[in-house]
Amino acid sequence: MLPEVLKQNDTAAALEAWDSSAILGGSFDLGEAMLWVDPSRIVDICRQLKEEHRFTRLSGVTVIDRHPMEPRFEVLYLLHSIERNERLKLKAALGGASPEIESVCGVWRGADWFEREAFDLFGVRFLNHPDLRRIMMPDNWEGHPLRRDFPTHGHKYSYQNE
Amino acid sequence: MSEIELNTNAATLESEGEPEAGTTRRMTLNMGPQHPSTHGVLRIILELDGETIVSASPDIGFLHTGIEKQAEALTYQQVVTLTDRMDYLSNLANNLAYCLPVEKLLQLEIPARAQWVRVMLTEISRINSHLVWLGTHCLDLGAMTMFFYTFREREDILRIFEFFSGQRLMTSYIRVGGLALEPPRGWHKLVSGFIRQLPAKIDQYEGLLTENPIFMQRTKGVGFLPVERLLDLGVTGPMIRAAGIPWDIRKSEPYSSYEKFDFNIPVQQAGDVYARFRVRMDEMRESIKIVEQCLAGMPEGPIRADAPKVVLPDREKMKTQMEALIYHFKIVTEGFRVPAGEAYVPVESPRGELGFYVVSDGTSKPARVFMRTPSYGNLQALSELFEGKLISDSIATLGSMDFVLGDVDR
Repeated sequence: MLPEVLKQNDTAAALEAWDSSAILGGSFDLGEAMLWVDPSRIVDICRQLKEEHRFTRLSGVTVIDRHPMEPRFEVLYLLHSIERNERLKLKAALGGASPEIESVCGVWRGADWFEREAFDLFGVRFLNHPDLRRIMMPDNWEGHPLRRDFPTHGHKYSYQNE
Repeated sequence: MSEIELNTNAATLESEGEPEAGTTRRMTLNMGPQHPSTHGVLRIILELDGETIVSASPDIGFLHTGIEKQAEALTYQQVVTLTDRMDYLSNLANNLAYCLPVEKLLQLEIPARAQWVRVMLTEISRINSHLVWLGTHCLDLGAMTMFFYTFREREDILRIFEFFSGQRLMTSYIRVGGLALEPPRGWHKLVSGFIRQLPAKIDQYEGLLTENPIFMQRTKGVGFLPVERLLDLGVTGPMIRAAGIPWDIRKSEPYSSYEKFDFNIPVQQAGDVYARFRVRMDEMRESIKIVEQCLAGMPEGPIRADAPKVVLPDREKMKTQMEALIYHFKIVTEGFRVPAGEAYVPVESPRGELGFYVVSDGTSKPARVFMRTPSYGNLQALSELFEGKLISDSIATLGSMDFVLGDVDR
C-alpha cells in the first residue's frame, strides 16, 4: 500500500496500478521518493521501470545493515532517468540468515560490480549474477567487513598465502 | 582483488608447440598493477590474439582501505577528512558531495557566501583534475611536453588550495555547515591572477593537440561504444557528454546555487577518445567562466550556517558566552547528532556522478555511508571498450576514461 504522499508521484502511482502486490510501501522524505518492493519480484519491477518509465540508468546498488534488527538487510537500488530528470530509490528487505535476491544485471549491465561489491562486503548473494566473486577483499578473506557485527579494528589477516 | 589463473607471472603462451594450420595461439598478458599507464594500481588481464584484444578483465581492490567502514566509526565532521582520500584529484568535489546529504538531513541553510566559495573551489578543482588528466593522457600517447605544461598550471592551483585551506591535496576545506575557514586576505587577487592567464594556456594546449595529425590519428575513432551501452554500463560524466547526451548534474539537479551561474554543457557527438578530449577542454573553459562569475559577484556574509548545535562557535564568543562554550564542548567531544533518515545528493564531479548515500540513525556517527563514485561506474565499461580492439589503442582508451583508483577502491 502506498502512503498518501506518494500517490502524487506519477511513477509510484503507475507502478502501483501495474501490480499492487509488488509494492509493499514507500516514503517521500526530504524530497526523495522511495518504494519498498517485494524481493522476489525485483527483476520484474526493475524491467518495468526501465522499459515503461525510462529509468535507463542504475546509479548504484548497495546494502544497509540494520543489525540487530530483523529483517536485517535492506538492498538499495538508486534509479535515475535522464529524460525525465527523476530519481527513485527501491528497497528490498532481506532476512539475516541467508540473504539472497535475484540479480538485476539482466536489466542494467552496470549492476554487475555494484552487486559484486555488496556480495563481497555484506554477504548478500545475488542469484543468477554472471560473475559473483569478491571484488575488493582478497579471495580467501573470511567474513564480510561492512556488516555491523564485523569489528572495525583488530582483525588479523596474513597476506602471505595469496 | 581476485586471482585469475595465469600460467606464469609474465606473458605466456596458452598451448605449447606449433599451432595447427589455420588456428591461432592466444596469449594471456598481465597488465599492471604497476603499469604506468594504468594511472594507479589497476590490473587488467588481457587475452590477446596477435595484436587484438579478445577479452579484458580488470582486477581492482588493491587500494581498498575500507573508507565506508571507517566512516561508521567516526563522527559526521570527521568523515570529511576521509572523503579527501578517495579521489585525490578532486578532493573538494568529494568534500562537497559528502557535506550536501548531511546538511540535507540536518536541514541546514548554507549562507550564500559559503555556497559561492564552494562553487568556485570545486570548479578550480575540476580544472585541476582535467589538467592532470590531460598531462598523463598525453604522456601515455607519447607527447611528453604536455605533462610539464599542465603540471606547471596545476602547481598554481595547488598553491591556491594551500592558501585557502593550508593543505595542497587533502584540503578538507568544505565542512558540514559551511567552510572550515574564512577565505584568507588576498584570495581574490590570487585566484583572479591565475584565472586571467589560464585561457591563453588552454589555447596553447589546443594549439599543440587539437589539430595535431599524430594526436588525431591516435585518438579519432578509438574507444567508441554506443551511448546506450555506456549508460547501461553505469558510465557518467564527460564520457557520456562526448557521446552526444547533454546531461550534467550541475544543470539538471542544481546544488550549491549552481542555478545562479551561466555556463554551457560541452557536448560532442563522436563518442571516441578525441571527442572526450574536446569535451574536457571545453569544460575547463566553462569552469573558467564560472570562476570569473564567482570573482565578480562574490556575496558578503557569514561562511557558516546559523546552527549553534552543529557549527563550532567563534573563539571570541566561546570566551565570553556560556552557551557557546557548552556547544563547543559538546561538538568537539561527541559530535553533533543528525536526525534519523537517509539522503542522497548527486554532484557532478570531474569524472561524473558522485554521490554519498548517508544513513543516519539519530546518533553522532553515520550508520552507513555508501559512496557512489564515478570512477567505479566508468571502469565497468573497460571490458567492452577493449574487446576486439588493438592493444596499442587500449592505452589511449584507458587514458580517456580518466578514472582514479583511489576513487574506485575506496
